[in-house]
Amino acid sequence: MIIGLEHYLAVAAILFTIGVFGIFVNRKNIIVILMSVELMLLAVNINLVAFSVYLGNLTGQIFAMFVLTVAAAEAAVGLAILVTFFRNRGDIAVDDASMMKG
Amino acid sequence: MALQAIAFYLMALVTVAAGFCVVSARNPVHSVLWLILAFFSAAGLFVLMGAEFLAMLLVVVYVGAVAVLFLFVVMMLDVDFTALRQGFARYMPLGLVIAGFLAAEMVLVSATVAGRGAAADAKAPAASGADSALSNAEAIGRVLYTDYVYFFQAAGLVLLVAMIGAIVLTLRHKPGVKRQVIMNQVLRTPKTGMRIRDLKPGEGIGE
Repeated sequence: MIIGLEHYLAVAAILFTIGVFGIFVNRKNIIVILMSVELMLLAVNINLVAFSVYLGNLTGQIFAMFVLTVAAAEAAVGLAILVTFFRNRGDIAVDDASMMKG
Repeated sequence: MALQAIAFYLMALVTVAAGFCVVSARNPVHSVLWLILAFFSAAGLFVLMGAEFLAMLLVVVYVGAVAVLFLFVVMMLDVDFTALRQGFARYMPLGLVIAGFLAAEMVLVSATVAGRGAAADAKAPAASGADSALSNAEAIGRVLYTDYVYFFQAAGLVLLVAMIGAIVLTLRHKPGVKRQVIMNQVLRTPKTGMRIRDLKPGEGIGE
């Protein structure tokens, strides 16, 4: 049985869906929301690398590297915001975070 | 080929199962640990595809930096995590419906793209780059530092901005903490630093 491109794409699609599902069900827990975003970015990376390998074009892997960079930056800044939020309020419930009246 | 299929299905199953445990675990510390497992098995998938450099990058960056950062923050914040799980059951049906539709659509699109789209004739992994004698890392390096050098620099800039932003956000100056102020030390003169007192013999300094 040959593992083709569609197998990897299916894995990435399921992983992305799990990320979306995680954002839906953990609406209060911003830490798990951030982890779900990381899962979605991982799914995107799997897609990019799969296409890059199966089409013989390295650009996909380069782009996956940049996605990795942005994901790391996003995690760092997001967790820093989370720490500041916790210091100001004493908890991290995001569903009633309305200090900015948004 | 059979061995490759077994490895693929094993790692794909572990990745998906660990991903599901990330979003459904009761304790966020367990979520982080499942996330690490998901990253590891995704790195295994990358190795299986022949993208070794990105697999190692995934292990180093995600497992070594991002997941540990998550672990630090989860353990540092003193939060009642059971209260944060309220509404899990309430949002579950809607989430499942939307996730089901999304997964079905994306799998169908993937199958179509792989079967009839641009990648129709790509049945086996193509050799990386023009010259398959190069290793994956060398091939990436030859492209990254020539064609994409400005993007590479921009990625470094993104990381710099993220680093400065994280430091600025979390740094705080507590009042009442004694710190070394180098300017005050440098500007200190004998006039401000000491006094000359006239003492009578046999007496100390009475305050």
